[in-house]
Amino acid sequence: MKTVIIKYNAGNIQSVLYALERLGVSAMVTDSIEEINTADKVIFPGVGEASTAMQYLRERNLDELIKNLKQPVLGICLGMQLMCMHSTENNTSCLGIFEEQVKQFETKEPAIKIPQIGWNSITSLKTPLFKGIAENSFAYFVHGYYAAKGKHTIATTHYIQDYSSALQKDNFYGLQFHPEKSAKAGEQIIQNFLAL
Amino acid sequence: MLTKRIIPCLDIKDGRTVKGVNFEELRDAGDPIELAAFYANEGADELVFLDITATVEKRKTLSELVNKIAHKINIPFTVGGGIQTEEDVSILLQNGADKISINTAAFQNPDIINRFAKNFGSQCVVLAIDTKLEADGNWYVYLKGGREKTNSLTMDWAKKAVDLGVGEILLTSMNHDGTKQGFALDITSTLSSALTVPIIASGGGGNAAHFYDVFTTGKADAALAASIFHYKEVAIPHLKKYLNEKGIAVRI
Repeated sequence: MKTVIIKYNAGNIQSVLYALERLGVSAMVTDSIEEINTADKVIFPGVGEASTAMQYLRERNLDELIKNLKQPVLGICLGMQLMCMHSTENNTSCLGIFEEQVKQFETKEPAIKIPQIGWNSITSLKTPLFKGIAENSFAYFVHGYYAAKGKHTIATTHYIQDYSSALQKDNFYGLQFHPEKSAKAGEQIIQNFLAL
Repeated sequence: MLTKRIIPCLDIKDGRTVKGVNFEELRDAGDPIELAAFYANEGADELVFLDITATVEKRKTLSELVNKIAHKINIPFTVGGGIQTEEDVSILLQNGADKISINTAAFQNPDIINRFAKNFGSQCVVLAIDTKLEADGNWYVYLKGGREKTNSLTMDWAKKAVDLGVGEILLTSMNHDGTKQGFALDITSTLSSALTVPIIASGGGGNAAHFYDVFTTGKADAALAASIFHYKEVAIPHLKKYLNEKGIAVRI
């Protein structure tokens, strides 16, 4: 099986690679269109800012490539947000795979910190991506923007309001949390993705 | 529900874990990678590694250590100690660190906060503040591992740093560090109430009740400790069970 991680100007790519290595999977980090097209599984990670990341993807035609992939694709954190329709982070048009909108967390309550940093629970789990994962399992989140709930929501988390902690449409999967940093539950989710 | 985080801290010197009392008297506390893996298994929510090595070889040895840790553990970790430039940050992140912690360099040159936040994102920039309550009743910022006093009030510096883009604050009370008499609840609560970023309380945690206090009265988002975990005086599974029974949201 060939697993690739899309290389672009985003953080945490190494962490995803190491997480795969811990599971005994060797992956290739690449921005080669041919390598990505011929992969069995594609991981689209990301920590960073939406408009800069989208510009980078467009300049390299990676936006069109990702949208048209037919094999299972897993977006992580910013990767998932970029797979949505639009992000209010610098008013960015994204890939439009998921129709959900990405907005900034807002609260007037001083005790609630933004960005959300830490372990939160995931509920209403759907699809084989969460096979063997108990309701209310904990995952590690670091984000100031969130995808609203919608018809592609396959996991829900509560922070200020309920939002999509995972999305799925056809062969495309997105996780707002970091499975590569979510201890054993995260490892199981990555294994489930690789088994799709 | 977002949970409160328990964070073991590993002070690293020449590749080994060490721990001092009141920032002095260093003792050896074991191999950092073994300890890191042990804590991750025990249910630690995050780890912090602070490198206090002072040699010129420091950057290379630290990045190698970070790389080994990143391969081994499946929870987030922060690395700090002598970080001054974008290149320093970039090397650590490329080797698998999730966040970097800055202290003296940020105080002396606050512009780096802005630059780091822009280049790497606020979420990976942790500002460490060493603070001390003086006889005048004010909490002051200390630099260089607590050796150098400044005239800046901790609240003023913290506010400025948040405006510049830090994503979290790791607040260590020098009055409490190493004492095992409990965290500095007042300054932690004051900062946490006034600032929009998470506060990691550090210094003084000696038993499970101290952690309960810092999450309730202290309003901390996370609590960090070192020696009580290294010397197995407090076990993380017991600590979390205790907090859970007292109604604190923790990841179990």
